[in-house]
Amino acid sequence: MIKLIFYFFAATLVFSSARVITVRNPVHAALFLVLAFFSSAVIWLLLQAEFLAIVLVLVYVGAVMVLFLFVVMMLDINLTTMRVGFARYLFTGILVGFLILVEMFLVLDSSFFHKEGLALLPSIESAKNLESSSNTFALAQVLYTNYLYPFEIAAVILLVSMVAAIALTMRRRAYSRNQNPAQQVEIKRTDRVRLVKMPSSTSAD
Amino acid sequence: MLVLSDFLILGAVLFCLSIAGIFLNRKNIIILLMCIELMLLAVNMNFIAFSHFNADIAGQVFVFFILTVAAAEAAIGLAILVVLFRNKHTINVEDLDSMKG
Repeated sequence: MIKLIFYFFAATLVFSSARVITVRNPVHAALFLVLAFFSSAVIWLLLQAEFLAIVLVLVYVGAVMVLFLFVVMMLDINLTTMRVGFARYLFTGILVGFLILVEMFLVLDSSFFHKEGLALLPSIESAKNLESSSNTFALAQVLYTNYLYPFEIAAVILLVSMVAAIALTMRRRAYSRNQNPAQQVEIKRTDRVRLVKMPSSTSAD
Repeated sequence: MLVLSDFLILGAVLFCLSIAGIFLNRKNIIILLMCIELMLLAVNMNFIAFSHFNADIAGQVFVFFILTVAAAEAAIGLAILVVLFRNKHTINVEDLDSMKG
């Protein structure tokens, strides 16, 4: 049964990623990429990496792919010029990809990697100790102790990328009206008010 | 029973598909970015497979960091793409030759 699930979702994954690289419309490519992320999340669930599977769906499908779709739909792309060299590079691309695949296959199918799954069936030990068998718990336990410093660096990387993305895409329009708080605070009374002294007695005559 | 080799070969197939995609879609930067995302997914598949079959959680921690960096990379890449399109009105790789590379 597990084998059936694996082969079904692996076939879906390979099919959808093949469609990502061959489809004409970038919007369809992004949607097929979403399908690829979903099926690989299922395969990660088979490997008992529940937390990362959920994170893949939430972060990738929920945030990154929506960003991709947003950009693809916002840009006005001429699709015909984009496909000019497709047939010319088809042979080279397939040749290189196939060669690398054959080389990897020869290495990866060796007897060294024929390791049986440790816990694709629920083991007795994990059933006994439920708390530590939770993937999220185990991941958090090492993430906040052994890997605390890299974790904080990852947070800083996210902050830097957020600031960079905003700074890159923000533009000031000439006609936009905005306040300058520093200037507002710095203003003196003499800049705004001008007292005019007028003689009052002479006008009474 | 599934063995480690199954997952590694699946990752290898994904990686080769994304390499072929970079060759095929060398005009369109958006598809190139998607191919890079697919490549990272294939690498993550290998990490998680090894983590499971060696019973070591460190591989999953590494995948966590790869996901973080990939999200940052996608955000900055798309921001650069938007600025590029705003300035040159094209995302064709062959038109971006102002640095004479």
